[in-house]
Amino acid sequence: MLTDLIGIPIQALAGQLLLGLINGSFYAMLSLGLAIIFGLLHIINFAHGAQYTMGAFAAWMGMTYAGIDYWWALLLAPLVVGLIGVAIERLLLVRIRNLPALYGLLLTFGLALIIQGLFRNYFGASGLRYPIPAALSSGTNLGFMFLPHYRAWVLFVSLAVCLVTWFLIERTTIGSTLRAAQENPNLVEAFGINVPRLITITYGAGVALAAFAGVLAAPIYSVQPQMGADLLIVVFAVVVIGGMGSILGSVVTGLCLGLVEGLTKVFYPEASSVVIFFIMILVLMVKPEGLFGRAS
Amino acid sequence: MAEPLSITPDFVPVVPAERDDKALHRVIFIVLALAICVAPAFIYPVFLMKVLCFALFASAFNLLFGYAGLLSFGHAAFFGLASYVSAYTAKFWGITPELAILAGTAAGALLGLAFGAIAIRRQGIYFAMITLALAQMVYFFSVQRPDFTNGEDGIQAVPRGHLFGLFDLSNDMTLYWTVAAIFMGAMLLIHRFVHSPYGQVLQAVRDNERRAVSLGYRAQRYKLMAFVMSAAIASLAGATKAIVFQVATLVDVHWSMSGEPILMALVGGVGTIFGPLVGAAVMTTLQNYLVSAGSWITVIQGVIFVLCVLTFRAGIVGTIADRLKRNL
Repeated sequence: MLTDLIGIPIQALAGQLLLGLINGSFYAMLSLGLAIIFGLLHIINFAHGAQYTMGAFAAWMGMTYAGIDYWWALLLAPLVVGLIGVAIERLLLVRIRNLPALYGLLLTFGLALIIQGLFRNYFGASGLRYPIPAALSSGTNLGFMFLPHYRAWVLFVSLAVCLVTWFLIERTTIGSTLRAAQENPNLVEAFGINVPRLITITYGAGVALAAFAGVLAAPIYSVQPQMGADLLIVVFAVVVIGGMGSILGSVVTGLCLGLVEGLTKVFYPEASSVVIFFIMILVLMVKPEGLFGRAS
Repeated sequence: MAEPLSITPDFVPVVPAERDDKALHRVIFIVLALAICVAPAFIYPVFLMKVLCFALFASAFNLLFGYAGLLSFGHAAFFGLASYVSAYTAKFWGITPELAILAGTAAGALLGLAFGAIAIRRQGIYFAMITLALAQMVYFFSVQRPDFTNGEDGIQAVPRGHLFGLFDLSNDMTLYWTVAAIFMGAMLLIHRFVHSPYGQVLQAVRDNERRAVSLGYRAQRYKLMAFVMSAAIASLAGATKAIVFQVATLVDVHWSMSGEPILMALVGGVGTIFGPLVGAAVMTTLQNYLVSAGSWITVIQGVIFVLCVLTFRAGIVGTIADRLKRNL
């Protein structure tokens, strides 16, 4: 049986590819949320990483203080964090709607600092452990690799969430209203649709998506205040590479870049943390508007 | 534009606005120089040097954001790399501090040329995200090359050395005059740059790029030049900081360091010459008082960010300038 491929054991290769796919699914979910928020609010949500962190912490706090298990956390954490997002939009972002987009970036950067600082104050900088739910704690030997069930679950759920989001936006009435509001908010408002409310809901939904990703990530990565910020910078590069023009584009770009990162870990580990940034540079030189972006 | 005659006295001479501001700026620079001379009599010089280094860093950021409209979230890369290069060359090559600072500045400027050429291919928020991502590469490089950066510990006990091989910088006051000279020189350079024809075109590109291009200006070239200038001055700040505090660490290249000059420029006034200095003084003083508050500083910085964006976008100097109807 074939056990190695150009000197790399198949086991290790498959393991890293799976890890890459999982990272990629997080990139996909987060860049998807960024793109949805950007589409309607025209701001880059710098607090996206912090909101992902909030999701993970909400799950951890729920379990530690209230005994809420993983499955309920998966439902409740995005809801709670999404509501906080709604409050943020209503109280803060609404006030800068007519300002240049860069102010949104600065404001949400400030929010990210606040959230991250608060978590560090109360929980310290070291990671907290969140257990893998009992039902998914085992794994299956596939012959060529060992597949932990939790990782398979994360991959499955995140892909499902991405597809559902795509379906909602591209194939339903709500989605077409949303897209119309992106194109021409004044006209949509003239048709009697409450655009400010649509904006609030969109922001809340984007934030909830980030929190959902945070809950999924909690058992895999350690729960710590910095987890979102580090991830967000990579997601920014993913967004630059893919462009924010297309939902499926974001998802595909995220997954592919995760895979590339996984492969780099096998063949040239030193470069694995920067390979996505290198790809970003290449894309900027060849197609500055991004792979799925539209020239501005 | 028609002025209401009743409140315009007859004897007010018609002075071109630009000329008028020049005279005012000259006065401010002289006052600033005097203040810098007098300050160490009242304030601990090492703290003052910290303010000056960060004022330079914030001014570098502001040069790009305020005058070219390009929001960089990656200036820690230049600040940090220059800090490492300056610390490394001063400690392990044993070169004199002015050469170490020069080496750091040159390294940062070169990095700025490379990053600038890539980043200016996009504008607005994309530019911000790209600079942040590029800077993160420098951070990862610093983490992965402990032979150069000494990893988590950083390069410590950097010798301050003798300026030009003559003046002993281990004396705080000698070092203070050196840093003050570097600061004043760089500030005058920034002022000259902004008010030169080059700087005026840059601002035209910021305000309406298409129009500037249609007038025959090569917008990209102007932006790149501004980027390199800004990177070089941020590097000068980082390199000087490494000599003053005798240390270069991962903190200097971390993304949160890129947030510092942004906040300082915002507090002081984006797009003003003197705003970043005021912002740096305010924020550094605040940090000094809050040093016991530990990680609450991050929270407070975040709150100031939010408040500034919501209610105080002109910043301190910008507000004064608006009141005086002058450019500061």
